[in-house]
Amino acid sequence: MTQRARQIGDALLKVEGVHLSFGGVKALSDVSFEIREHEILAIIGPNGAGKSSMLNVINGFYHPQEGTITYKGETRKRMKPHAAAKTGIARTFQNIALFRGMSTLDNIMTGRLLKMRRNFLWQALYWGPAKNEEMAHRASVERIIDFLEIQSIRRTPVGRLPYGLQKRVELGRALAAEPDLLLLDEPMAGMNVEEKEDMCRFVLDVNDEFGTTIALIEHDMSVVMDISDRVVVLDYGRKIADGTPDQVRADRVVIDAYLGVSHDQSETAEQA
Amino acid sequence: MEILNAFFVAPFVDMGSDYIFFAEVVIAGVLTGVMYSLVALGFVLIFKASGVFNFSQGVMVLFAALTLVGLMEHGAPVWLALIGTVLVMIALAFAVEWVMLRRLVNQEEIVLFMSTIGLSFVLQGLGEMVWGSNVKALDIGIPSEPFEVGGILLNEFDLFAAASGAVLVGVLAVFFHYTRIGRALRAVADDHQAALSVGIPLRTIWIIVWSVAGMVGLVAGIMWGAKSGVQFSLSLIALKALPVLILGGFTSVPGAIVGGLIIGVGEKIAEIYWGPLFGGAIENWFAYVLALVFLLFRPQGLFGEKIIERV
Repeated sequence: MTQRARQIGDALLKVEGVHLSFGGVKALSDVSFEIREHEILAIIGPNGAGKSSMLNVINGFYHPQEGTITYKGETRKRMKPHAAAKTGIARTFQNIALFRGMSTLDNIMTGRLLKMRRNFLWQALYWGPAKNEEMAHRASVERIIDFLEIQSIRRTPVGRLPYGLQKRVELGRALAAEPDLLLLDEPMAGMNVEEKEDMCRFVLDVNDEFGTTIALIEHDMSVVMDISDRVVVLDYGRKIADGTPDQVRADRVVIDAYLGVSHDQSETAEQA
Repeated sequence: MEILNAFFVAPFVDMGSDYIFFAEVVIAGVLTGVMYSLVALGFVLIFKASGVFNFSQGVMVLFAALTLVGLMEHGAPVWLALIGTVLVMIALAFAVEWVMLRRLVNQEEIVLFMSTIGLSFVLQGLGEMVWGSNVKALDIGIPSEPFEVGGILLNEFDLFAAASGAVLVGVLAVFFHYTRIGRALRAVADDHQAALSVGIPLRTIWIIVWSVAGMVGLVAGIMWGAKSGVQFSLSLIALKALPVLILGGFTSVPGAIVGGLIIGVGEKIAEIYWGPLFGGAIENWFAYVLALVFLLFRPQGLFGEKIIERV
């Protein structure tokens, strides 16, 4: 993954000195890192390391007690979820959070809500333009459906779809918002090899074609080493390493803390 | 044989033989149905937006009517009292969002449902504390002269109620069907967290919906209050909205209308033509029996979304 079409640029989002605790439980302590434009950043770490908490801080579900988030040059202490969405942060969830009663198409359409004209009363009064607008959004949703190869389930209520496809629809909804920063929380968890390969391809294609910056959490090391430009390692709420896959793979602290005592890790990683 | 005749033949013969009277019965039913629909609409709105059955909708109707009457008793002209009441209902929506909904994001539906039961007690107490608990007459100058069309006796008031119901439904239909807010509402009802992540401002949506439900409650309160006085029993008509919702489906605005009409017409006809066979007063329970039958054959209602569960 070295010859990427897009050049990795400056920091798009910078997390500095973030502390987050729930009562007495420290979820994150003094975590700082940056996500650079057009890169694919993987956040890894054992269970309970604070990976999902980190994503939740970035898109405003959790408000850290200390620390700042600088996004697109604007520094703030806390983010609001819909403000995050408005400024181009889209995400998927570890436990799929789709609108189960709605069809694939409608689910992905919700991703475009923010792109629709501000004033819905206006929209109600002018049928024509509102209709054209809806058509335009439909067209771009259809492009996403083609891209993710889910044409055949367009009208199916997502509650009926198998797990792997639900994950794909969720990615589609996130993409519909045309995000600058895409946060993926374990996009490949619970998938079989084939589904994982598909998902990897989508993630890489999104990054390549649209230049979308992606931060993802993933447990499958071969996937992480394969597709990411940089890796941030968390353990017990602290950042213990940050660098290219090769650097992280060679890092003693990471091997001890996360990859365990087994020293054939590099082989495992290369198998994929 | 005689029983079969009394149940299945005689009533229809009666209907046919005095068709003007029958028409009057149907029209009376339709007009009552419109009133039921108005109450049911408030339920549907909130259910669509939060997946919560708002137990306090009936009390909201009472509260709106009480506020309106109270303001008028203090000497406010009708238009001012109306504006005042609308503002109070909007303030109520803000308060509900602030005190209740905001704290309960992502909680189980049953928790939210319980909180609306609590809200109904608070509202009822508040209404009576501020405006007193005696029965009040509500007169905002809706004409109520009876008149005749083709031998059928009609009342101006009922027509007025039906017309305002129709206007309200039209406005709501446009609001929810032709604006992006409709999809946003369904999204919010489905999954709070996911709705937030695609950028739907949850709180704004809730405030809008509760305000609209409050205003629908006000219209229902005006109609019922003008008809039978503003009193505590007003909040009990909410119970009549239940069979309407079961018939029409909890998520459908047209369903609330059609359901209301079916219940209204059904119970009037049943009362007049079959009532004597049961010793009268079947109007009170007919709706519930009808709802029960519907639950057996079409649990999602006439227009409700089919419940899909993957196992």
